[in-house]
Amino acid sequence: MTDIRSVGIVTPQSARFDRPITLRGGTTLPGFELVYETYGELNASASNAVLVCHALSGSHHVAGVYPDQPKNVGWWDNLIGPGKPLDTNRFFVVGVNNLGGCYGSTGPMSINPDTGKPYGADFPVVTVEDWVATQAMLADHLGIECWAAVLGGSLGGMQALDWTLQFPDRVRHALIVASTPRLSAQNIAFNEVARQAIMTDPDFHGGHYYEHGVVPVRGLRIARMMGHITYLSDDQMGEKFGRQLRNADGKLKFNFDAEFQIESYLRYQGDKFTTYFDANTYLNTTKALDYFDPAADFGGNLQAALARAKAGFFVASFSTDWRFAPSRSHEIVYALLHNQRDVTYAEVECDAGHDSFLLDDPQYHAVIAAYIDRIAT
Amino acid sequence: MTEIFGRFDFDVIAQWIQPGERVLDLGCGDGSLLKFLQAERGIRGYGIDNDPANLLACVRNGVNALQFDLEKGLSGFEDDSFDHVIMSLSLQTVRHTVVLLKEMLRVGHEAVVSFPNFGHRSHRAAIAAGRMPVSETLPYQWFDSPNVRFFTIADFEALCRERGIALHEGLFFDEGKRVEQDPNLNADVALYRLGRQA
Repeated sequence: MTDIRSVGIVTPQSARFDRPITLRGGTTLPGFELVYETYGELNASASNAVLVCHALSGSHHVAGVYPDQPKNVGWWDNLIGPGKPLDTNRFFVVGVNNLGGCYGSTGPMSINPDTGKPYGADFPVVTVEDWVATQAMLADHLGIECWAAVLGGSLGGMQALDWTLQFPDRVRHALIVASTPRLSAQNIAFNEVARQAIMTDPDFHGGHYYEHGVVPVRGLRIARMMGHITYLSDDQMGEKFGRQLRNADGKLKFNFDAEFQIESYLRYQGDKFTTYFDANTYLNTTKALDYFDPAADFGGNLQAALARAKAGFFVASFSTDWRFAPSRSHEIVYALLHNQRDVTYAEVECDAGHDSFLLDDPQYHAVIAAYIDRIAT
Repeated sequence: MTEIFGRFDFDVIAQWIQPGERVLDLGCGDGSLLKFLQAERGIRGYGIDNDPANLLACVRNGVNALQFDLEKGLSGFEDDSFDHVIMSLSLQTVRHTVVLLKEMLRVGHEAVVSFPNFGHRSHRAAIAAGRMPVSETLPYQWFDSPNVRFFTIADFEALCRERGIALHEGLFFDEGKRVEQDPNLNADVALYRLGRQA
């Protein structure tokens, strides 16, 4: 890495919490471990800490690289680093692998102390609220009483929103990007197809596939392929792949090989995903998405739900995001307006669909940088 | 667009705003009016502007700004959720004039609008000489103007009377100085405080 604006070499750390925690679903875990990374220095008053929450397939590895894996760049590296919009010269940035994850935090692949075997399907369904509660325990561990900001895209944005509701006094600003206050029926439908793909894979074994020495690769692959379609926009897919064939002579083969470039791309993405992501974590995370609905306890009234938030809000959406379209962000913005909360809302013109939030679109990065700059002063 | 006029209209608008009011500024530009009203009146303000550069400027100015398209209306805003809804020198840039004026008075208890007066003597002279007016208040050429509605003070007042919009107060200016006599001829900018018809 020669990028001077990179945080450079990073090392994951882990924190062990040896006390029982009861999850929203009613299950109690005897204890758990969270893997996390930090960038920058926590100041003396611990007032410059920013938590970055990950989405479905993300991890604690938000920025920088590992010494032995120079190409394993953090998933939001373009945003975080010295001189970048979330400037690690000024902020102490924390990335955490959520409970139930598959990157080292306690999850379905961990050993269940009751059985001595991996939890597998016995790992409880963990919700956004549970993630935030356990992130708060990590904040305690790190000596952070109040985050300067909690930031996330997509499912990460849900966590940022939940922070302002579960711990209104522990977060000064929430940055909610390409997110939604609750999934639509269509969003849940996509998740259900993904789950069915995984659970009907003969190698799934009711979620206990580890002990059979197999992975439900086919199901996980299809889940990822479908997810990928929802992350991109029709326009961008058309631009990138169109109807291009892989076959150089341009002739149709009249069989079921990956003939179109888009087929090949999706198969590649699906295959790659199965080499590093756990199917049980995928199932679990889609349920966390489905269940998130802070308005539910208020008769579906989001305005009432957000009344207890005290943070300043930055909300952003992307014009071609059809998974969590701009109108979903509008719901959050209007509910905040009802409560007269400070809110900035950016609707960024970007052709990359839902995944736009991971890109470094100049308009997007300029406005998020300006907002973060305001937090620092 | 307030930069064209300096701050005299800010002072007028500030006089119409009570301390601590909830204020919505439509077409808020770089947020300088809201910033001014925050400082002078301690308002709780929000701006709407669809231009990303303006949104960015608002964030840097420390004001709440929302990137919405005014042409899509204010349907997401609740009735009476603001004391004043302001549209400073932008009314001529929106297509759905009447709908927006009505919406401003639904969302706000009162509306404040200011606009360049197309009927100003210099504009009339330009038309009489056969050319579209280009002036300090209408600084664009006909082919690059963001303005889509061209109207005079007399036109505006007639519209308000026809559509049941109460004209609570009007102040008129020429190059930043108050105009009392025949404002439709002598004023380059008009500011109004509007209300719902009793």
